[in-house]
Amino acid sequence: MKFVDEFRDAALGEKLSAEIASIVEPGRHYKIMEVCGGHTHTIYRYGIDDLLPANVELVHGPGCPVCVIPMGRVDDGVAIARHADVILTCFGDMMRVPGGNGSFLDAKAAGADIRMVYSPLDALRIAREHPDRQVVFFAIGFETTAPSTALTVLRARAEGIRNFTVMCNHVTILPPLRALLESPDLRLDGFIGPGHVCTVVGARPFEFIATQYHKPVAVSGFEPLDFLQSVYMVLKQLADGRCEVENQYTRVVPYDGNLQALKLLSQVFELRPHFEWRGLGFISQSALQLAPEFREYDAEIRFAVPGIRVADPKACQCGEVLKGVIKPWECKVFGTACTPEHPIGTCMVSSEGACAAYYNFGRVARERVVV
Amino acid sequence: MTSARPDVTERDREQEALDKIDLVRARAPRFRDERITMAHGAGGKATSTLVQGLFVPAFDNDILSRLDDAGVVEIGVSRLAMTTDSFVVRPLVFPGGSIGDLAVNGTVNDLAVVGARPIALTLAMVLEEGLSSEILRREVEAIARAARNAGVSIIAGDTKVVERGHADGMYICTTGLGRVDERATLSPRCLQPGDRVLVSGSIGDHGTAIMLARGEFELEAEIVSDTRSLWPVVDVLLEAAGPHLRCMRDATRGGVASVLNELAVASGVAVLVNERAIPIHPNVAGACEILGIDPMYVANEGKLVAIVAPEAADRALDAIRGIPGCEDAADIGEVRTEPRSMVLVQTAFGGRRVMDLLVGDPLPRIC
Repeated sequence: MKFVDEFRDAALGEKLSAEIASIVEPGRHYKIMEVCGGHTHTIYRYGIDDLLPANVELVHGPGCPVCVIPMGRVDDGVAIARHADVILTCFGDMMRVPGGNGSFLDAKAAGADIRMVYSPLDALRIAREHPDRQVVFFAIGFETTAPSTALTVLRARAEGIRNFTVMCNHVTILPPLRALLESPDLRLDGFIGPGHVCTVVGARPFEFIATQYHKPVAVSGFEPLDFLQSVYMVLKQLADGRCEVENQYTRVVPYDGNLQALKLLSQVFELRPHFEWRGLGFISQSALQLAPEFREYDAEIRFAVPGIRVADPKACQCGEVLKGVIKPWECKVFGTACTPEHPIGTCMVSSEGACAAYYNFGRVARERVVV
Repeated sequence: MTSARPDVTERDREQEALDKIDLVRARAPRFRDERITMAHGAGGKATSTLVQGLFVPAFDNDILSRLDDAGVVEIGVSRLAMTTDSFVVRPLVFPGGSIGDLAVNGTVNDLAVVGARPIALTLAMVLEEGLSSEILRREVEAIARAARNAGVSIIAGDTKVVERGHADGMYICTTGLGRVDERATLSPRCLQPGDRVLVSGSIGDHGTAIMLARGEFELEAEIVSDTRSLWPVVDVLLEAAGPHLRCMRDATRGGVASVLNELAVASGVAVLVNERAIPIHPNVAGACEILGIDPMYVANEGKLVAIVAPEAADRALDAIRGIPGCEDAADIGEVRTEPRSMVLVQTAFGGRRVMDLLVGDPLPRIC
């Protein structure tokens, strides 16, 4: 595939891997957090761990938009979907996220009309095709996907489509990062910045990580060479004693972001006072809701959502795993009560969550360290 | 973290956690779900939990417990293979075939991969009220043509009609009977370290063609289903490899990844796949890349996975490639000792990853 294979060149990868090995201090243990779930996917899909020295550990951060949805929001979505005239639409990987009482897939089996869409515009199309039904888009994602939801709402208004609403679960990446960095038991040396989010917000908003918390950041693309190069950039900063925001993904990320998309976001959305994150608890000003001007497109207003709150199970230690304080296997419920088939916490929900990844890959990864 | 047992090292505790996982994995699956969801039909973990946790214990017998694509019974001096399959597909017609082709080839292939030459099929049709006779006639012709090509006769059948809205046009069920070839000594439990893993052609064609034909993704690409009878492939494989042919599987739902996982578990071995060697049509690779789906989990309807002892692997591969349409057949990996019951991929980029069973259908990823 053109424009893709170039960034998957194994020979270049080997070279980068050797350069990384040459700049790490042998006695030092490095913990680098990749913030974005897309990067976690890259790490597993290409086996990046195998190409890093054993003392460079990648910690999977809170940037998987599916994993951070709290159970209560899933239950609220199911409550809306149970209305007889409602078609609830959502992205594919949202279908299996467990709520307090089953997932969307389970609710669908119990009779709710829940459909998978590939874009919010598909949801709008369904609304157009079914004027007698109420079509709700269960919107999830960071700043990456929020502009497409905003555009869809604007288009619905322009076309005068009245049977379309959005249940907004869009979240913003900076508040949880700040919460992590504020945590006294944090053990991280640097960050791989979320390239997709940065295409919208730019790299500049991440400068506080370097200036206030003195951790290096490299904003990274999603092909394996992008990622390896970004790891190299963070380690190089550490070796040089620098802390900056560097942009590896220059072919896509403008340092100041996509101004048009940002304008769209501020037009259609406003910050929620607070929002619950699975595993991290409530974080203030960390999520978006539709601005007052767009209330008629807000599913939570149209359907009087119950606002279900389901506390994260007590035994679950996802918060500590996310902060890099404990390893997945150190959690009390890991591998017993909490498994990929029956996940309890955020880190086990998606196959890319830190715990699910360790559950599947731990034995093989350990073997590598022994060899 | 402080340990309650200071004499136990961190490495020991990690090992305990890993051992616990192995123990949970080795346990016979129990079917505890409250309802059937679409995941139970996807050929992944949910399907195997349903089959091994409910069906197999209920019908408890040695033949079914082998979990082969077809059951083999001995009658006198002959070994007969029997299997059954239902076909529900939307749309009924797609690039490269239709439900009628699948209904014949799917069952014929389940027979073929246990080493049985297909002899006869039964055909049950569930038709939806209002179905156009034109469509029905076309599918009947497709069935007749596919049966002729596969060398099987349709020797009995059944017809039911259900009310409008209940059957997506039509559902078809076929049951097949075949005679196990004398050259076949196959078992999913006999994989040996060193064995080679062959696939009979490019992977993911059928599932991708269906996904695109549904029109949900507004993607257009020239991708056609690979539906075909695999008996000719099996025939030449048996001839070329004889007793060195360990086992074959029809890589339908769940794709090549699921088949390899089933075999790794059945034999208690590891399978290492060389990603670079996997044959895949560029259009399929492109469509899967855009959708964020791994083609190794996508369904095929005319591709088999064969495990062959190393001394016969080249011979077997040449034989498969000699069959028209199978020129892309490839040796994609090997059987290893460790890690037991797992499938690993050596990625084209140089790392390794685990290729586990999916819980349900592969779902497009958001990020």
